[in-house]
Amino acid sequence: MTIKGKAYIAGAYEHPTRHAPDKTVAQLHAEVALGALQDAGLTRDDVDGYFCAADAPGPGAATMAEYLNLKLRHVDSTEMGGTSYVAHAAHAAEAIALGKCDVALITLAGRPRSEGMATGTTPRLRDPNQPEGSWEFPYGLTTANGYAMCAMRHMHQYGTTSEQLAWIKVAASHHAQHNPNAMLPEVITVADVVNSPVIADPLHRLDCCVISDGGGALVIVKPEIAKTLKRPPVKIIGAGETVKHLSGGTFDLTTSGAARTGPIAFAEAGIKPADIKYASIYDSFTITVLMQIEDLGFCAKGAGGKFVADGNLISGVGKLPFNTDGGGLCNNHPSNRGGMTKIIEAVRQLRGEAHPAVQVKNCNLALAQGTGMQLGTRHCSATLIMERE
Amino acid sequence: MADRKIPSPIANTETQAFWDAARTGRFVLPTCTACRKAHWYPRAICPFCADGTIEWRDASGKGTIYTFSVMRRAKEPYVIAYVTLAEGPTMMTNIVDCNFDALRIGQPVNVVFKETENGPPVPMFRPQ
Repeated sequence: MTIKGKAYIAGAYEHPTRHAPDKTVAQLHAEVALGALQDAGLTRDDVDGYFCAADAPGPGAATMAEYLNLKLRHVDSTEMGGTSYVAHAAHAAEAIALGKCDVALITLAGRPRSEGMATGTTPRLRDPNQPEGSWEFPYGLTTANGYAMCAMRHMHQYGTTSEQLAWIKVAASHHAQHNPNAMLPEVITVADVVNSPVIADPLHRLDCCVISDGGGALVIVKPEIAKTLKRPPVKIIGAGETVKHLSGGTFDLTTSGAARTGPIAFAEAGIKPADIKYASIYDSFTITVLMQIEDLGFCAKGAGGKFVADGNLISGVGKLPFNTDGGGLCNNHPSNRGGMTKIIEAVRQLRGEAHPAVQVKNCNLALAQGTGMQLGTRHCSATLIMERE
Repeated sequence: MADRKIPSPIANTETQAFWDAARTGRFVLPTCTACRKAHWYPRAICPFCADGTIEWRDASGKGTIYTFSVMRRAKEPYVIAYVTLAEGPTMMTNIVDCNFDALRIGQPVNVVFKETENGPPVPMFRPQ
């Protein structure tokens, strides 16, 4: 049993807003849903499966299903942090393969910027019933210093440098200059990154992603429906998902869940990392990208610093064009969750609809890799491999 | 430098014994009676063998820094870290009472309990 070839991404839509004080979260979800359906050439009445994560208002999928007035026969509100939507795409393919639904809608939206969230630098105790809470919250764990501890250990273990990490942001900025919606459209240099203020050693302000409002949506359909639609079909051919955690106090912080999900997805797709023409790599911080690139097998473990340096991630320049929309580092990170936009840009690349300055030639195989929650403690990883027909 | 206010941990039925020991200055580790391994964070069911019962054993309080980060973007900068204990497991903590800029991975550290806002003290570490 496999999802390879059982489902197609028929619609993709990214909300153009980066600051939405005049809209509600529910409204943003609805706008991206309608945008993706219009892109696919389908309507709300065609949707029989709905997928959302914890950014959707209300518990689970009920609130948005009602707001959008959907008539469903399959529902999935799997929560995996920022990578939820990468997993949802695979879950949608699974559900379609089993005949549980024919047209799956996945939405993401949020307004952390309008709501003034100090997203990455304030310790938060999310749930008093979380058993790990009292062993982390008193020590001032934040998003930023959790990821920073991974970077510090990676530098110690493999000799990775701040300048090498900075190249990841620089590459993203080269792509963002062509995106009129990008929050940080200016091309920057390695010096700009390493001279920006330190947030949590060794991560600088410009090693971090942006905080933005917005959202995105996908429509995934069964092959028989994909054949009737006008948009270039994008076939789902492989996926993997996992949780990586602290394993009772025996862990390696330099490895991400992608070390597990990458091989699973590549095996299902029947291809190798070297076959991938374009990769969307979750970029909450520069270190997130570096670790996932290693763990997916694009280079040897520990060699990520050298691999990402000197423009190797810049489309048209390097070997592995990544995040050609500018990614979370420069474009947007709606609801502090980057998984959705990772798939959307991969779809643009496979359709040949990325900005001409960053479009990868003959882009027939693309990957979207997401890491949700906290790389420095426990996180979810999801990998999705897609093919142009 | 003013001391950072440390939020209080919340004891529950699984962890009350740890916090009771902490109030008397004892650093104890949850250890499985079946597989003999110590684990972290403390829980009632062994994460390694899921067998046996958990007993609290006095720990040496010695460890080495596995990784750390100075949180510069805070009113009072502080050091979050993972320390690998002599008994095996690696735990999240703070490194305190030291020059932050002289810290390095692999450095030996000793446990020290620090008062929290209105709960039991929490285990932190300082360089030997």
